[in-house]
Amino acid sequence: MNAFWIILTGTLVAICGGLLGAFLLLRKMSMVGDAISHAVLPGIVIAYLLSGSREVLPMLVGAAAFGVFATVVIEALYRKARLQSDAAIGITFTGLFALGIVLISLFAGQVDLDLDCVLFGEIAYVPIDVWITPGGINMGPRAVWVTGGLLVLVLAMIGIGYKGLLLTTFNPEHAASIGISVAFWHYLLMSAVSVTTVVSFESVGAILVVAFLIVPPATAYLLTNKLKPMLALTVLFGLGAAVGGYYLASWIDGSIAGAMSVVAGVFFTAALVAKHKR
Amino acid sequence: MTPIIETHNLTVSYNRRPVLWDVDFSLPEGRLIGIIGPNGSGKTTLLKSIMGLVQPDSGYVKLFGQSLDEVRTRISYVPQRESVDWDFPVSVREVVEMGRYRRANLLRRLSSADRDIAADALHKVGLQDFAKRQISQLSGGQQQRVFIARALAQQADLYLMDEPFAGVDAASEQAILQLLTEMKAASKTVLIVHHDLQTVRQFFDWIVLLNTHLVASGPVESAFTEDHLRQAYGGQLTILSKVADLVKERHFPVREKPYKDRP
Ligand SMILES: Nc1ncnc2c1ncn2[C@@H]1O[C@H](COP(=O)(O)OP(=O)(O)OP(=O)(O)O)[C@@H](O)[C@H]1O
Ligand SMILES: [Mg+2]
Repeated sequence: MNAFWIILTGTLVAICGGLLGAFLLLRKMSMVGDAISHAVLPGIVIAYLLSGSREVLPMLVGAAAFGVFATVVIEALYRKARLQSDAAIGITFTGLFALGIVLISLFAGQVDLDLDCVLFGEIAYVPIDVWITPGGINMGPRAVWVTGGLLVLVLAMIGIGYKGLLLTTFNPEHAASIGISVAFWHYLLMSAVSVTTVVSFESVGAILVVAFLIVPPATAYLLTNKLKPMLALTVLFGLGAAVGGYYLASWIDGSIAGAMSVVAGVFFTAALVAKHKR
Repeated sequence: MTPIIETHNLTVSYNRRPVLWDVDFSLPEGRLIGIIGPNGSGKTTLLKSIMGLVQPDSGYVKLFGQSLDEVRTRISYVPQRESVDWDFPVSVREVVEMGRYRRANLLRRLSSADRDIAADALHKVGLQDFAKRQISQLSGGQQQRVFIARALAQQADLYLMDEPFAGVDAASEQAILQLLTEMKAASKTVLIVHHDLQTVRQFFDWIVLLNTHLVASGPVESAFTEDHLRQAYGGQLTILSKVADLVKERHFPVREKPYKDRP
């Protein structure tokens, strides 16, 4: 049963990350996903300090706020200060990440947040942290509910907003010319990435989620030139990475999140080779 | 008749450097209008400020005598071809169907009427057999026609096109020109940023000559003069040497009627 919960959590995170990452990739903003994943750290810590617990909601709000804040800073440095976009990303995420680390070390005594755990996750603990209703019913692991809820939101956003995301990603100037707010869709996507990152910090960690944001979509991008099949393949590779990673980890007795990322990387390499053989 | 586009003392700058300075003109309906000027003279910026994509420092634009938001659905903007990533995983048909996207239907599926209009637009540019192709598998001229098909699908009355003839071969150029002529016959107005001075007389009824300042705006016969070209292109000697020839050449296709006789 434990294996099932772990794989399920990994899969849910991989699918959420992958679907959003596909749009980041097409916007040539994959590194913004990386930046957000680092920048949410101070948000997590501040939310933790303010709420005094590891309640999900305050952390989500805190992290999402910092994630969006990071994208605003990146945009401002890029557009207003005319910095190169990679430099803008680098400055923003190292700065915010450092702030998070300083906060953790400053409040180390009061904070029951393990830095390693935040950064690299501990998906093996997922089955232990169960959600028990006030009535005493065991609802199963909390992380599964949270990531499952997230997946519903992500699917709804992409399902309902598909045309908006497609239009503003493909040709923002055309979108703006017909009166559609490019900024709205940009920040909607960035908020979703921020929330995904923080939700996954308990499972695969705030950093390894980047592997799910970038690698499955990049693999799918190599294999198809249509958007919907690309999203479908992304889901498939995310699923494969979660399942394969779990068994790889138990076989070599290593980090589960790490193994999942490795399997995602193996898929990518295989796709690359397959593409060049053709 | 109200002019279809009026700009009033339009000044636009990037980082406090003015790119358009006090530009003031009004354009008539139902014409093919060329926007001409050297690189960096503000042609793209002019289209973008008409379309509300850049904010002017001062001045304003009126379209159909109204503000942009009141008439947005009557206007179609065709950005430069380089404004999109042609490796993007979409098919030709999907891009053309984007011409049917509206703020009102953004969260809904396209209706079959919308799909038919898009298919029809694709037919008009002669790319019906390419509908399923991914857009990277097209030549430059075909890509340009995809953009024009998307604009046609918008069924606008005013079209703003940024260099639709750039990097287009003679066959595609003829196809595009044919479309423009049909659009004009259907009393659409088309504003085109254009670079090739050789074809100005052949393509356009009206020109706007620009070099940060407005140099001239008027019927080709009176506005496309050696004097105006010198003002617009200034010290660019290679062009200057050709200017005299351009203006003197008279062997362009004879127009149906001289400009002033038209309704
Ligand atoms: N986003 C921007 N930021 C800063 N400067 C810009 C920006 N876009 C254009 N410019 C500058 O504004 C000036 C006018 O640019 P614009 O693109 O309007 O010229 P253009 O007439 O369309 O030129 P071309 O014939 O090369 O297309 C140029 O000097 C350009 O460098
Ligand atoms: Mg231009």
